[in-house]
Amino acid sequence: MRAPDHPILAKGDVLLAVENVSLGFGGVKALTDVSFDIRKSEIRAIIGPNGAGKTSMLNCINGFYYPTEGSITFQGLKRPKMRPYEAARGGIARTFQNVALFKSMSTLDNIMAGRSIKMRSNFFWQLFRHGPAMREEVEHRKVVEEIIDFLEIQHIRKTPVGRLPYGLQKRVELARALAMEPELLLLDEPMAGMNLEEKEDMSRFIIEVNQQFGTTIALIEHDMGVVMDLSDRVVVLEYGRKIADGTPDEVKRDQRVIDAYLGVAH
Amino acid sequence: MLYREAGQFKTNYVADRAIFPLREDRIGLGLIVLVAYSLAFLGNDFLLQAVLIPFLVFSLAAIGLNILTGYTGLLSLGTGAFMGVGAYACYKLMTAFPEVNVIVWIFVSGFFSAGIGALFGLPSLRIKGFYLAVATLAAQFFLQWCFIRIPWLVNYNVSGALEAPLRTLFGIPIVGATATPQTRYLVVLTIVIVLTWLASNLVHGRIGRMWIAIRDMDLAAELMGIRPLQTKLLAFAVSSYYCGVAGALLVFLWYGGAEYDVFNINQSFFILFMVIIGGLGSLIGSFFGAALIFIMPIVLGIVLPAIFEPLGIPIAAETIEHLRFMIVGALIIFFLIVEPHGLARLWQIGKQKLLVWPFPY
Repeated sequence: MRAPDHPILAKGDVLLAVENVSLGFGGVKALTDVSFDIRKSEIRAIIGPNGAGKTSMLNCINGFYYPTEGSITFQGLKRPKMRPYEAARGGIARTFQNVALFKSMSTLDNIMAGRSIKMRSNFFWQLFRHGPAMREEVEHRKVVEEIIDFLEIQHIRKTPVGRLPYGLQKRVELARALAMEPELLLLDEPMAGMNLEEKEDMSRFIIEVNQQFGTTIALIEHDMGVVMDLSDRVVVLEYGRKIADGTPDEVKRDQRVIDAYLGVAH
Repeated sequence: MLYREAGQFKTNYVADRAIFPLREDRIGLGLIVLVAYSLAFLGNDFLLQAVLIPFLVFSLAAIGLNILTGYTGLLSLGTGAFMGVGAYACYKLMTAFPEVNVIVWIFVSGFFSAGIGALFGLPSLRIKGFYLAVATLAAQFFLQWCFIRIPWLVNYNVSGALEAPLRTLFGIPIVGATATPQTRYLVVLTIVIVLTWLASNLVHGRIGRMWIAIRDMDLAAELMGIRPLQTKLLAFAVSSYYCGVAGALLVFLWYGGAEYDVFNINQSFFILFMVIIGGLGSLIGSFFGAALIFIMPIVLGIVLPAIFEPLGIPIAAETIEHLRFMIVGALIIFFLIVEPHGLARLWQIGKQKLLVWPFPY
């Protein structure tokens, strides 16, 4: 086992710091001078009206976009320009606004695919499906089964995910992200399009993930009730700029946030 | 009644992850292999030489393309050329080192094809779909040009053709003019079984999951730490390996000798049709596809005269030829409409129905 090349962080230390990040696409500025941090083991919400740049922010964090200005520091190390898979190997997992599962694979295989980076057996053993390859397959299957139990999706273990209802697909996607055992879990609208019961389930899972595994979670969500209940701290974006940052109560009382959501009388 | 899942309990993960978890499937597979081997002794030369050997060769090439197009979702039109690389590499190797057994060279020649395939797979990181197909088309034309223009590849043979020299295994000729269809069939069958088994291991493990992940949702795959370039190049390499071995088998164990035009663009399309009809992302589909596209016309050529002649309708040879084209074409359209996911899906549905038979669900 290789020693981690980053300092070990305690609960409450800054896990990821976004400093003065700007992101532009030609003439369009998606983000302007945004700074905030995510502390270890907290649930951090990113909210804002449509088109505020929330998803762009997540895309910067997991390496899809590289900020035109500013920097992102993860686990105490300033990040160079990187590809998404490097961010993933660094410990950042993510779910998507529109479910991005591997449709033809079963629930089990989807979650197993999430453990690809943890698997080490080489091509030769894979070819013979024997020795280390099979041992590894079993070993990771045990972990995957724990995740399946945790998220209560035992009954759909062998169902191709393309056939599952939307709420369950979202849950499988969370399972797949958890299979990576991430340091930081980014959830892009985990409750979009869900009914009340499904939202309650999902909220419960998010809290349990946070408490049991100590996973740091950053989530984008439009349901204010959920955001205010779940999150420790909230950052509010509007037109690519940060307009508020603080605990749910502070943010709720912030005049600029109220204006952004309700509009201002002219 | 004979085909039931009930009562077959899995008590460990190894058994649960088995490629054929049902006992009936394992028995069925064993029977198929047994029948395939006994056909070497029961079948006549026509059946072996003109039907079964080419069927197996095309199945192997279809498995190769299926790994790339079916499992990884990368469209390729260079199959013919990659088969050619295998055949020419095998020829060079077996003439340069005649003392080494030809079976070794058949397996080694695939590596040359794999290398060339991975090289032409490099653009796949940037381009997808039809654009990638055009890029592989470049491989097809460039490699075919090499086969024609580089006489070194055929050892400066004046005719420009590959000719199978005599090679033996345990003293029995397996390559060359004196090799009987029976021995050649047994060699091809064994190689195809071994390579199919290995392919099946690959696609059911970590690597297969990575390929399918790239196919189904490449962005999500990358966000899970799967390196797109390495995974795609591996698919290109493995796919080309299979095509290369298939090419070597085609020339030395089926044709006995061939010219460059065997590996033209038509061959690429031929294999691609097999993969599409058989079922993208299915190994058994590759066999089904090869059977439908290659064996069906032969069967029709025998069946059609047998139908018309007893009725007293005189039928010309070229009419049969035309009818063959029409019927095979119609069948392809029919199967694609009934089941766009290919014969493999029909097979799967059939098996599911059989599991619950005689009840509807």
